Amino acid sequence: MNLEPIDVVVIGAGPAGMAGARTLAELGISVVLLDEQVAAGGQIYRGIASASPARREMLGTDYGDGVPLTDALKGSTVRHETGASVWQVTRERQVHYLKDGRVRSFAAKTVLLATGAMERPFPIPGWTLPGVMTAGAAQILLKTAGIGPQGPVVLAGCGPLLYLLGWQYLRAGIEISALVDTSRREDYWRARGHLLKALRAWPYLRKGISLLRALRKNEVPHYTGAEGLQIEGEAQVQALSFVVDGQQHRLPASTVLLHQGVVPNIQFTQALRAQHRWDDAQLCFVPETDHWGRLDVPFISAAGDGTGIGGAQVAALQGQLAALGLARDLGRITPAQRDSRAAPLRDQLEKNLRIRPFLDALYRPRDENRIPPRDDVTICRCEEVTAGDIRRFVELGCSGPNQAKSFGRCGMGPCQGRMCGLTVTEIIAKTRGLSPDEVGYFRIRPPIKPITLGELASG
Amino acid sequence: MPTDSLFRRVDVDGSRLITVTFDDQPLQVPSGLTVAAALLLAGVRYFRTSPVSGEARAPYCMMGVCFECLVEINGVPSRQSCLIEVADGMRIRSQQGARDLPFTASEPVVMEVQP
Repeated sequence: MNLEPIDVVVIGAGPAGMAGARTLAELGISVVLLDEQVAAGGQIYRGIASASPARREMLGTDYGDGVPLTDALKGSTVRHETGASVWQVTRERQVHYLKDGRVRSFAAKTVLLATGAMERPFPIPGWTLPGVMTAGAAQILLKTAGIGPQGPVVLAGCGPLLYLLGWQYLRAGIEISALVDTSRREDYWRARGHLLKALRAWPYLRKGISLLRALRKNEVPHYTGAEGLQIEGEAQVQALSFVVDGQQHRLPASTVLLHQGVVPNIQFTQALRAQHRWDDAQLCFVPETDHWGRLDVPFISAAGDGTGIGGAQVAALQGQLAALGLARDLGRITPAQRDSRAAPLRDQLEKNLRIRPFLDALYRPRDENRIPPRDDVTICRCEEVTAGDIRRFVELGCSGPNQAKSFGRCGMGPCQGRMCGLTVTEIIAKTRGLSPDEVGYFRIRPPIKPITLGELASG
Repeated sequence: MPTDSLFRRVDVDGSRLITVTFDDQPLQVPSGLTVAAALLLAGVRYFRTSPVSGEARAPYCMMGVCFECLVEINGVPSRQSCLIEVADGMRIRSQQGARDLPFTASEPVVMEVQP
């Protein structure tokens, strides 16, 4: 195995990874940025380099914020490897990745994980049907391919991305049949306590209000407090049915776009056996880091949404802070240099985080959309394990997610538990009357990405 | 098999049309798209059937997380079509249930290494 030596490997070319890699390069540190997409940008700025000015305009100014980041990356000495799927990071900082069907490896002095977020699973009846996608997926199609659904499309769930997609669809001339909102009055009451702090992050709040106002002005039917969501269809979506205030509704649809927030992608931090904790405000596991993003694994740091959801601005700031921390760990800057450069970044970070408690409270996904009350709902899409199966495993003595694997292959398909991990933890926790922290998460093992034996041998 | 597409282009970006095949049927798709986006635009409603019950499945996340978009590309099974760009002449095949799973194909796929 050929191990190429390098100062820093950064994994993920979203805002955190791009900003972090560039900061390191500016300090004269050798840095490679590995990302599996065809171009830099991460999911938030996906396709930014190739999008036409008209498409950028249609997607809105926040999307355009990605341009300076990708431009700065291009103008830097960062070595950016696209189409690079990292399948293992060891605690000794060997980084193995697959590119063009070949395995390549780095021996890194330090590693910065900037693996971002993924959409929270939305396990409801019918969510595996063709025609059901996440709102994020639909937005990626719009960003990278300029394509959108035709035929009746329903947006369902809660959270800023759902409303942003609706607004972008209006601007793209895509008709929306309805916005089915799962947030309720009590969510507003709960969020109210954080409103004062949120008001100090006024630009964020104003953006949210203007998105909803645009949807209202365009007379998009908006149902709020929807419960009992159920997607109907045989081999393709036919309708979304739900209940509002005790009244049953059924909306015909050929496309249903689901969203209930995003959660950190913790595959690498879990595989590294870093310490994690359950964040009860964001309802997900997050790796424990210090305020330079350092994990409890020596010389490995993490930044951005992979450490807790903060959004693109926060991610870019955390990426820079983590880079400064690593530059210090590499002995390339003094602690004083690190701290003076970090001070203004920390100031901005604090400002950008003010909106979070409000958003987390307002768009807290409902229990029934995370822990399916119905036994027949598929939760592990790969191995088709249902919520009822998990509850039955617990009755038979299954104590946690890893045992659930041997009880019924849950989490052992190609997605390696990404789509069911949180659901399995929460179902077991609720059934056993324990906290998610006590129940824990799947034990994630390499390869993080499926790899063929031939490819493995090519290293 | 491709039918009326559930998707349409909302802007035109100067990409040219290239030809790929899906289950041996030629499809004209714009260059620059991922395989998954190109197939959806061309009217492919489902990409594979699940190995357990044989249910039809289509891309769910478009960002490399859900693995619902797995297809065979140029003879290599279980490729994530949302992460690969289409190329002229690409041969794409749907994966049908357990029959097409990697362990029955020419090259085994490693899913998990037990330490």
